[in-house]
Amino acid sequence: MATAQTFSRSQARRIDWSPYLVGAGIGILSWIAFAVMRDPIGVTTAYSRIAALFAEPFIGADGVAGNSYWKSMPLSWDYGVLFLVGIPLGALAAALVTGTFKLEFVPEVWRRQYGNSVGKRFLAAFLGGIVIMYGARLAGGCTSGHGISGGLQLALSSWVFLIVMFATGLIASAFLFRKA
Amino acid sequence: MTAFMSIIAPLLMGAAFGFLLHKGRVTSCNVIENQFRLKDWTVLKVMGTAIIVGGVGVLALTDVGAAKYYVKDANLLGVTIGAALFGVGMVVYGYCPGTGLAAIATGSVHALVGALGMIVGAILYALSFDWLKAHVLNVWAFGKVRLPDVTGIPDVVWFAALAAMAIAAFWWIESHDNGNAP
Repeated sequence: MATAQTFSRSQARRIDWSPYLVGAGIGILSWIAFAVMRDPIGVTTAYSRIAALFAEPFIGADGVAGNSYWKSMPLSWDYGVLFLVGIPLGALAAALVTGTFKLEFVPEVWRRQYGNSVGKRFLAAFLGGIVIMYGARLAGGCTSGHGISGGLQLALSSWVFLIVMFATGLIASAFLFRKA
Repeated sequence: MTAFMSIIAPLLMGAAFGFLLHKGRVTSCNVIENQFRLKDWTVLKVMGTAIIVGGVGVLALTDVGAAKYYVKDANLLGVTIGAALFGVGMVVYGYCPGTGLAAIATGSVHALVGALGMIVGAILYALSFDWLKAHVLNVWAFGKVRLPDVTGIPDVVWFAALAAMAIAAFWWIESHDNGNAP
């Protein structure tokens, strides 16, 4: 166990870039997004567009077409949606290059608090996913669109988002991960 | 050129973003959970550096007319409730929407399950949009305002102050622990 941990730690050190370097990289990516693509980095707006596809079986094509929210952002293979498709492709490339692709069902921090149950973890991830996306759409953005793209523009809405998001996350974490 | 700009370029931008997220370890649920437990500062280091480096560059680009701002509406009731839900959801899911999508491709199966939840969340939002628009989204709505507009403090001072705070905070963190909880 001890050797396994030492191995994974030294491997982690070997493959990973400094968080400051990665942050600077994302910052420079934002320059290109603003000046060349004319569309700041963001995730959940495009995600909502794609969700319309999945909504059709439940509320019908008419339901989707008549929905005032999807009228304001219909599904199209626009910049944001293609950007979204690119994210897992780039992450996969990074995982393959560094040899860090690894199936994970229950993460370590979760396991220490809630045990090995895959069902429990999946249920929490599913419910957490519902809540985070509803929150992101209500706020008008996520950690990317509000946090980074909005934060770097010194937008009032985005700094309120950042502060409230981190504060509630700290409180939620204190309750949910007491033991771990 | 057109096909490149409309298809390849957005894919490459997204791929670069996803590549950086994994290289920065924020595709790890543990790293994200440990940020909220104040045992690993990777998330704040990445976001803080991105905001300052990105912000100074974009400020320069807008100053010379090469870019414009895309500020989101400050409808602060919606933003506050949404951000609070987001914070809770992020701790329960263990990812944010972008890092969750990236993590799926690195083998995280529970990230995929959460991504299906995110689709349900987006559908629920679309279905409740009319009510929210009438009752929430127009409360405390100040429009597309920026902190320099609200405070009268110029952009350059904001970034100088943010950079000074970030350097002090990150220097303190690096000197007290290396911020790498397992």
